[in-house]
Amino acid sequence: MNTPVPLAPPRRLVDVTVDGQEVRVPEGATIMQACAQTGVSCPTLCYGDTLTPKNACRICVVEVEGARTLAPACSRPVEPGMAVRTDSDRVRHARRTVLELLGSSVDLSTTPQAQEWMEHYDARPERFGPRAAPAPMGERDARRAGEHEPPTGAVAETVEQPAKIDNDLYVRDYGKCILCYKCVDACGEQWQNTFAIGVAGRGFDARVSTEHDVALPDSACVYCGNCIEVCPTGALSFKSEFDMRAEGTWDESRQRQTTTVCTYCGVGCNVTLHVQDNEIVKVTSPHDNPVTHGNLCIKGRFGFQHVQQRRHD
Amino acid sequence: MRSDSFTAPYQRLTRPLVREDGRLRPASWEEALDRAAEGFTRNIERHGPDSFGMLSCARATNEMNFVAQKFTRAVVGTNNVDSCNRTCHAPSVAGLAAAFGSGGGTSSYQEIEDTDLIVLWGGNPRFAHPIFFQHVLKGVHNGARLFVVDPRRTSSAQWADRWLGLNVGTDIPLAHAIGREIIAAGLTNDTFIRRATTGFEDYRALVEPWTPAAAEAVTGVPAEAIRELAHAYALAERAQLCWTLGITEHHNATDNVRALINLALLTGHVGRYGSGLNPLRGQNNVQGGGDMGAIPNRLPGFQDLTDTVVRGRFEAVWGREIQPVHGKTLTQMFEAMDEGELTALYVIGENPVQSEPETQKTTRRLRSLDHLVVQDIFLTKTAELADVVLPASASWCESDGTFTNSERRVQLVRKALNPPPGARDDINIICDIATRMGHRWPYPSAEEVWDEVRALSPMHRGMSYRRLEEHQGIQWPCPSEDSLEPSYLHARLWADDPAERGEPAPFGLVGHSPPVDLLDDDYPLRLTTGRRLDDYNTGVQTSGFPSPLRRGELLDISPEDAARLGLVDGEVVRVSSRRGSVLVPVSITPSMREGLVFMTFHFPQQADTQLLTLDATDPIAGTAEYKAAAVRVDKVAAGAPAAEREPTAASRTT
Repeated sequence: MNTPVPLAPPRRLVDVTVDGQEVRVPEGATIMQACAQTGVSCPTLCYGDTLTPKNACRICVVEVEGARTLAPACSRPVEPGMAVRTDSDRVRHARRTVLELLGSSVDLSTTPQAQEWMEHYDARPERFGPRAAPAPMGERDARRAGEHEPPTGAVAETVEQPAKIDNDLYVRDYGKCILCYKCVDACGEQWQNTFAIGVAGRGFDARVSTEHDVALPDSACVYCGNCIEVCPTGALSFKSEFDMRAEGTWDESRQRQTTTVCTYCGVGCNVTLHVQDNEIVKVTSPHDNPVTHGNLCIKGRFGFQHVQQRRHD
Repeated sequence: MRSDSFTAPYQRLTRPLVREDGRLRPASWEEALDRAAEGFTRNIERHGPDSFGMLSCARATNEMNFVAQKFTRAVVGTNNVDSCNRTCHAPSVAGLAAAFGSGGGTSSYQEIEDTDLIVLWGGNPRFAHPIFFQHVLKGVHNGARLFVVDPRRTSSAQWADRWLGLNVGTDIPLAHAIGREIIAAGLTNDTFIRRATTGFEDYRALVEPWTPAAAEAVTGVPAEAIRELAHAYALAERAQLCWTLGITEHHNATDNVRALINLALLTGHVGRYGSGLNPLRGQNNVQGGGDMGAIPNRLPGFQDLTDTVVRGRFEAVWGREIQPVHGKTLTQMFEAMDEGELTALYVIGENPVQSEPETQKTTRRLRSLDHLVVQDIFLTKTAELADVVLPASASWCESDGTFTNSERRVQLVRKALNPPPGARDDINIICDIATRMGHRWPYPSAEEVWDEVRALSPMHRGMSYRRLEEHQGIQWPCPSEDSLEPSYLHARLWADDPAERGEPAPFGLVGHSPPVDLLDDDYPLRLTTGRRLDDYNTGVQTSGFPSPLRRGELLDISPEDAARLGLVDGEVVRVSSRRGSVLVPVSITPSMREGLVFMTFHFPQQADTQLLTLDATDPIAGTAEYKAAAVRVDKVAAGAPAAEREPTAASRTT
């Protein structure tokens, strides 16, 4: 007898309202999906379309009628008759506070939409005072839980520190890290299963780290770059992008993205080549692709240089 | 360590080169194309069309492979077209086609996630197919059991429930013992065997001597582990059997594949969702190159060349009679060069000097040709021997077209970059040569070529570019534009109606044949070859990027053998086979079993592994035995010149 093809069980449809607008979504859908269906946009940083929601950034919180606390839209499933408000004073206040705390302590200069949200929610991170000087290289990684000097309050604490450049393929600029855990999940059991990075430290000193903070070439890292693929702030970036930004030549308006197929083995991974001035400057993969689900290996992600070894004669 | 300490990156070719007074010099496109065409025409006139051979590129698009084989058959008039799939997966195609009539893997990646048991045999996908291995890991996290069968305890084996470390070249005894145990334990799927297979009684008699104990003596795998795999495979509701080059790079590779297929026939693990047989392809379009007829025995759509009706369809469209006999395989082409039978060779994107076994023999044969044309993006070692070198574009990012992956999914390839000035598209170059040989071929678009494929190949008919885009690729067969077929092949074998069931699958009656290169006191170690994570084949492409993982060529050796030979990690040793020797640093690793050593072939400029391997080939598919050479390892005398010992890789245990 033939083994039946497993189909997803049939899902009932559930009626909910988003900002007074009625919408019907499948049972088990999240509030964020219901919002998307009504055209209401929900800001988010830590949600990843290929990852299990971690509820880390809290910027997507919404007000659910009858609930005591705000709910993260990215992970909370809808319930029949649920009424959701995405633009109430409570929601606006919560989102403004999250943006101000992040904006005062993290470099959001390469986070897409951050500036737009700041303006929309009237967030003023500067009200916490001038930013503290960036920590010297390695200082944050050496901090021990419970060994703190109490802050004076004169400056706003930040996570800023010099970028870690310890290999030729990608850069870790943890001054831009909001600790969303997406890189850790992509490196760990959700996709890559390499477990080269984890979260070390406590409280404000928490940071993403290799084991014992060793340099990447001494860690378990296999340079698949699947952490870069999911990073929402640009804390993790191709060395090519990092260098071009430093030189001031990175210009996304002049870049074209073309999805083609990797040439290194027979698996058939789809690669999206980001091309500026006929040079590949970055490689990603479509998140909805049935072969890759947004993941690549070191060869697919970084092995493109051979086509651009062009003589300049 | 940086890559450039091992190999300088190749530079793209931007000008055609022609040979004059024994040297390659730059030439105009006009002159190079004239010379290329004139040489082919000269040889065809003098020695007939069968003196011509085409090596088409398993890395280029389906469209380019289609045009290359069409050039061979319709312009030259021979079936001598083949590609490097000969050096890896032709046996998989031959074995699967012999059993089921079709040479593709039978399942989809999604089914690997949804299955109950995964057997990885003779492969290390964690390194060689990392994204496929993510699907395996999804399966493992979903509760599937994982068995890995490989001489080395690979990084894939580290995820397995059981690792069966067999001796190199004893796959058939192990498979037969598993089959015998399934029969002895009464775990066969009798209904499936009766309705969908033939030759079971002969198979039962064939495997009867291979008791678990007898197999243990030959394979080195404990009898208990053989029994456990047999029972687990037979009892699983759904099971996937996947293999890679550890099965196919042997002198009896097609037999190896048949031995594995037998296990699926015994248990009915084929033709159902979640159960299947999957060869993992080593290059991006090995599957597609064969599907497009860039092989000597099949026309596009994997259609039988000897079938008059099939040939007639092509002859009507191409306006030329196709020879009704199989052409030469890559291996036979090289042999025919010795006899002066093959005198002109057109090589597109292949590097046989470094990818074929026995480098010196290959070089000598290529030098003996009257006319060698190489079309590539780099001046490879093969191109250095050519009479005409034509600079091409890189198919995966500088041209439009399609590739076909290991799960038979045809996917769109799109042009993202302009090729460097001076380089031209592969298809256009072939058309230019065809035009000079009297067949006016205007430049077609990739989609026009594909539509010709669809018109001639029933299994591709439903795959328009628009649909390929819409579905993010479609698995063949896809005969209709209105529907999609199931993700797995051979569901017909389960049909109640015998007519629908069609041709039953025969058991492969194959015997054990140990590796040709025998171990003895002079050459006591078994050398096997493979890939590492960050490098690829002969290193032509991967030398272009600075991988932090790269350590250069190393000889992986077991701690036991290293202790016996008095070696320390990183020490440079001399590895010798009956054919040659190289100097290479050792890496002592417990993933190697005693008596087994391992090298890649990624760094031919540092240590040319192919000097050690031999070219004993599989008689059916013509694949060389890269996986089993007999070698010895000697300490290098302390006084050896330092230059000879360079480079010593930084030692880092993994």
